[in-house]
Amino acid sequence: MLSRVADAVMWMNRYVERAENVARFVDVNLYLELDLPQDERTAWAPIVATTGDHSLFRERYGEATRDAVLRFLVLDREYPSSVVSCLSAARENARSVREVISSEMFEVVNQAYLAVRGADPAEALAAPHDFLTTVKQASQLFVGTTHLTMTHNEAWHFGRMGRLLERADKTSRIVDVKCFLLTQRPAAPGSPEDELQWLALLRSASAFEMYRKRHRRVTLPDVVRFLVLDEAFPRSVYHCVYEAERSLRAFTAAQGRDDGALDGPLTALTALRDELGRTTVDAVLDRGLHESLDAVQTKLNAVGTAVYETFLAR
Amino acid sequence: MKFDGYDPGETFDEMFQSPGRPWPGTSLLAQRLETLAPGELSRRQQAAERALLSMGITFNVYGHTDGAEKIFPFDIVPRVIDAATWSTLSAGLAQRVRALNLFIADVYDRQRILDDDVVPRALIESASGYLLPCRGLKPPNGVWCHITGTDLVRDRDGKFYVLEDNLRCPSGVSYVLENRRVMKHTLPRAFEASRVRAVDVYPGRLLDALQRLSPRGPDATVVVLSPGRFNSAYFEHSFLARQMGVELVEGGDLVARDGAVWMRTTHGFDRVDVIYRRIDDTFIDPRAFRADSLLGVPGLMEVYAAGGVALANAPGTGVADDKVVYAYVPEMIRYYLHEEPLLPNVPTYLCSNPRDLEYVLDRLDALVVKCANESGGYGMLIGPASTVEERARFAQLLRANPRNYIAQPTLDLSRVPTLVGDHFEPRHVDLRPYILHRGGDDVWVLPGGLTRVALRKGSLVVNSSQGGGSKDTWVLDEPAAAQRQSQSQSQGGQSQSQSQGGEPC
Repeated sequence: MLSRVADAVMWMNRYVERAENVARFVDVNLYLELDLPQDERTAWAPIVATTGDHSLFRERYGEATRDAVLRFLVLDREYPSSVVSCLSAARENARSVREVISSEMFEVVNQAYLAVRGADPAEALAAPHDFLTTVKQASQLFVGTTHLTMTHNEAWHFGRMGRLLERADKTSRIVDVKCFLLTQRPAAPGSPEDELQWLALLRSASAFEMYRKRHRRVTLPDVVRFLVLDEAFPRSVYHCVYEAERSLRAFTAAQGRDDGALDGPLTALTALRDELGRTTVDAVLDRGLHESLDAVQTKLNAVGTAVYETFLAR
Repeated sequence: MKFDGYDPGETFDEMFQSPGRPWPGTSLLAQRLETLAPGELSRRQQAAERALLSMGITFNVYGHTDGAEKIFPFDIVPRVIDAATWSTLSAGLAQRVRALNLFIADVYDRQRILDDDVVPRALIESASGYLLPCRGLKPPNGVWCHITGTDLVRDRDGKFYVLEDNLRCPSGVSYVLENRRVMKHTLPRAFEASRVRAVDVYPGRLLDALQRLSPRGPDATVVVLSPGRFNSAYFEHSFLARQMGVELVEGGDLVARDGAVWMRTTHGFDRVDVIYRRIDDTFIDPRAFRADSLLGVPGLMEVYAAGGVALANAPGTGVADDKVVYAYVPEMIRYYLHEEPLLPNVPTYLCSNPRDLEYVLDRLDALVVKCANESGGYGMLIGPASTVEERARFAQLLRANPRNYIAQPTLDLSRVPTLVGDHFEPRHVDLRPYILHRGGDDVWVLPGGLTRVALRKGSLVVNSSQGGGSKDTWVLDEPAAAQRQSQSQSQGGQSQSQSQGGEPC
């Protein structure tokens, strides 16, 4: 496969996934807003903090009000990680690989972009949940369409790997939101507010119902167990890394090189999967939740760099 | 929706010979359109436009950053060409392309036609499309112009004329194929009843023509070379690659070395045998032509000259694209083929000829003046629609560089009913058929083509950059099939009674 094409297929997938996850971040707070008593204002600054772009935000918008954060993360075309920018980038990448993907895949991305770009900002801000649901559904439609209309060839595996690495990173950041919330407004473990925050996080990862079936009571260790280490939940960090490794292995094998010259990324990803597979919740919490998540994110980035250097940059 | 009040006027109308009287080949379509309730056609038109937008069938508008693509405006009323007319057209196009190919081969080889002074030597040597590095090259199977798009217009008397030949990278065939796909959904019954010849054989024929050029036998690796997604025709490049199942590459994906061309892949370098290049001649290799080109592949021409890779169209074909050289095509047909041209040129005044120049300067308000090497409707003066200032500017240009200009009478392009709001109005059209040259006498003409329509009332400019749109072009099958036609109609009637809501047409 052409290196440029591989790159575009991967980023098309990553950007669709990223748009969905930004929508999920924003959803955390929208849920909290609904659940918290009216006199307690929901803090919007932690959401911005998790993106790592808080200084850019402050420069452009100043105070982290609900509308400002929504505009920034969802509608801002100048901010490269906003929902609309992600979908635009996904579409540009899709446009450059139309000969590789199915027409149906392109149409899903194109329609999602056209819908978001054409949306009336006032309406989107008035009913953000509906708007974000559209984005999430478009992403899910894209994944399903990709699964069902594209040959599961090397391009498919490469794109899938990109999507799963992106999702692993973003789920870890959703859990991280809780760490930021705690620094802003400490809530005693087990208190009603603590539980509300965890519920909001689980809902934003579409994990609430599945979590209940597995663990019932909402506690810190169990939420971490579910969102970070669960083997079967499709948004858990471990599951994503495990599946990404599977696709990277298939992709590497398809390159038909047995001299090991292309094995670097796989080695790095296997090590991370192995580490996540062995570790325990206690170990994660002992190290500090934020620190542990940070370390995972760093390793995911290293895998991305190795992929780039091995397959794409020539 | 009725054609009451539709006035074809004095201009040749492709659907009506007089008010209320369709041509024999178009009466079926006209009847079908009339059975649609008012509003239904507009709804279908909008549905067709939505489908084109959703499929991303768009072109890029230069100078815009966001939302830079637009759909090529599409009109729902097709243009119909009956079987007899098409068979004359197609024979004339094949003849023309054979002669043009022989001309290009001759100009880059022995130059017999210049020695015999049938075409003036000075004209060729001053043509910007004449590329010295191509002198002496021998492309596979003797074919230079593998893919040609020839623009035809139909004058008041209903006669077709060749307006220009596009022999470098003619574009638009993707719209022919996609418009057809949309039309099959939009007017399925009219389409079925009319017995329209298929156009979707094109990508298969194109791939076959390209594979024949391979220096390494039939298992060739064919690629489409595009300037990238910011090019106005990017959709088409990607579309053709997809339809042929080959890689779409950009200059940066290719390297020329060790006598071959290679593409960068995730596992290393793969050899490329045939390049369908959609980059203009002088951009394909910065070492051979324009050093400032970032689109091409350094060293490509050297590999090509040594036979290590095939290019379609061959570099150098632009020499026959020149609008002054165009004037000599009828002579080329007589010279190389010893035949009379089946398709006439539009009468053309060459400004390099002093008498012609005087005539043109006298009648700038009545003529169309064209620059020899511009396309897309740029560098052009349409006399009857021009201002005094524009004419003065062109008069200066003509005197300063007469070689670079031709003039032609303003033709009254034929018209086709076009949906305007809630009724039909006539709009001017042209036609670009696509011709594949596959070696020897093997020339194939796609039965159909791109009908471009000037959507502005009274306008004669059909270019997409200047308010033009397109229509599906229906080339009808031989009338021998008339019996089958009535059968399919009655089948269509059954399906109508079964379907719920809507009115299949």
